[in-house]
Amino acid sequence: MNDPIIRFDNVVKRFGDHTVLDELNFDIRKGEKVTIIGPSGSGKSTVLRILMTLEGIEGGVVHVGGEPLWHEHGPVGLVPASQAHLHRMRGQLGMVFQQFNLFPHMTVLRNITEAPVKVLGLGKAEARDRAEELLELVGLSDHAQKYPHQLSGGQQQRVGIARALAMRPNILLFDEPTSALDPELVGEVLNVIGQLSEEHDLTMLLVTHEMRFAREISDRILFFDQGRIVEEGSPAQLFTSPQRERTREFLGSELDRVLAV
Amino acid sequence: MTPHWIEYLPPLIEGAWVTLQLTVFSTFLGVVMAFLFGVGKLSHNPFIRAFSVAYIEVFRGTSLLVQLFWLYFALPLTGQAIGIDLRLPPVVAGVLALGLNIGAYGAEVVRGAIQSVHPGQHEAALALNFTPRQTMLGVTIPQAVPEMMPAFGNLAVQNLKDTALVSLISLGDMTFRAEQIRNFTQDSTVIYTMLLFMYFGMALVLTAIMRLLERRVGQWRPGKG
Repeated sequence: MNDPIIRFDNVVKRFGDHTVLDELNFDIRKGEKVTIIGPSGSGKSTVLRILMTLEGIEGGVVHVGGEPLWHEHGPVGLVPASQAHLHRMRGQLGMVFQQFNLFPHMTVLRNITEAPVKVLGLGKAEARDRAEELLELVGLSDHAQKYPHQLSGGQQQRVGIARALAMRPNILLFDEPTSALDPELVGEVLNVIGQLSEEHDLTMLLVTHEMRFAREISDRILFFDQGRIVEEGSPAQLFTSPQRERTREFLGSELDRVLAV
Repeated sequence: MTPHWIEYLPPLIEGAWVTLQLTVFSTFLGVVMAFLFGVGKLSHNPFIRAFSVAYIEVFRGTSLLVQLFWLYFALPLTGQAIGIDLRLPPVVAGVLALGLNIGAYGAEVVRGAIQSVHPGQHEAALALNFTPRQTMLGVTIPQAVPEMMPAFGNLAVQNLKDTALVSLISLGDMTFRAEQIRNFTQDSTVIYTMLLFMYFGMALVLTAIMRLLERRVGQWRPGKG
C-alpha cells in the first residue's frame, strides 16, 4: 500500500522544440483516485498518453507497479524497453478516450469481448459473460447487439469504459471522458465513473474539466501548468484555499466558463 | 430468314466465357497483389517497403500491352538463354499481366484506405494490447475495406475492358473471336457494334456485383446496410 503504483521520476517530454513535460515528478499510490486539472496545453493528457505507451519520453523514468515502463533493466542500468516489455506492462493499464474510439465495425458486445479473447486468451463464453456483467454495470444491457453509431455519445463512452474494464486493468486512465459530449449526456458518464471510484483496488487517473465532479471523487488533485505541477493537494485544500496565484487564476477562469454556459 | 448477326453470337459467347474467366482470375490475383503490396508499402521494414514501391511503380509506369508481350514473347527467350523453360500458356501470361497490372493500381487504393482509418482506432487497439498484426487484421483492414470498394469496382471494370488486349497473344477471348469473324465476313460495323454492347453488358453486371459487395462489407456504417 505504501509503494507508489505510478511514479514519474524527472520525466521530460518534448514535441520538437516544445517541452511538454519539464522534469515532472509525482507519485500515485495503489487505489488512489487522482484528478489532473489545468489549462489546455499544460501536458495533462500527455501524462496519460505516456502511461498508456502512446507517447514515448525523452528523459527520466516512468515506473508502473514498481517497474520501469519505458525502460528495462539491462546488464548495466536501464535500457530502452523492448516491444515485449511494453506489451507486458500495458496489461496493467486501461484507457478511456475523449473521442471514445470504439471499433465502429463491431457490435457493442464484440467491442468488449474482442481484446479479452484475442489478447488474454479468454474463452468466448467467459468473455461474453464478463461483457454482459460490465454492460449491466454501465447500464447498457439492452444494447449489446447494436453498432456504436446507433448509440448516443454518452452511451458510446459507457461502452468505452466497459471495454477498458474488460481487460481487468489495475490502473484506469480517463482522458477528458466527457469533453466530447453534449452537456445533457455528461451526467450519465460521470455517474458510471463515480461508481467505479468506490472500487478500492482500482487506481484511477483522470483528466477533466468537470471541477465539481473532480472534487467529489478525487483523493488528490494535481494542478498542471506548462508541463509542471504547480500545486497539489486534497480537493478541499486545492479548491477552497489554493496557495498559488496561478491556481486561483485558473480556478476563477473555470468558474467563469461554467457560469457562462 | 434469320438475320445474319445471330450467326455471330455462338462464337462471340464462346469468347465471352474466356473474357469472363480472364477477368475473374486476374481480378482475384490483382486483389491479392494489392493487399500484399499495399500493406507492404506501409511496412516498417525498409526492404519490404522498397520492394513494394518498386513493384507498384514498374507496373504502373509501363504499358500493359508491353508487359503482356514481355511475359509471353520475351520471358521464354530469356529463359532459353539461361537454360530454363519459361514458356507460359497464353492464359497464364494473360492472367499474370492483367493481375499484376491491376494489383499495382490496387495497392495504392489499399494503402490509401488503410491510411484513412482514424488514428484513434490504432490508439484504442494499442491500449487494449493488440499486437500490430492483430490490429491490422482485426481493426484496420475491416474498416479500410469498405473505403476501397468503389475504387476496386472501377479497377475491376477497367480490368474487364483490358482483357481485350490478350487477343493479341492469340487467346480466344471475345475480341479475338470478333476479329476472326470480321476477317471472314468483312462485316465490321455489325461485329464491332455487337462487341461494344457485349462489353458494356458485362461491365453493367460487374458494377452491380461490386455494388452488392460494397453494401455487404459496409453494413456496420452509419446510414448504410
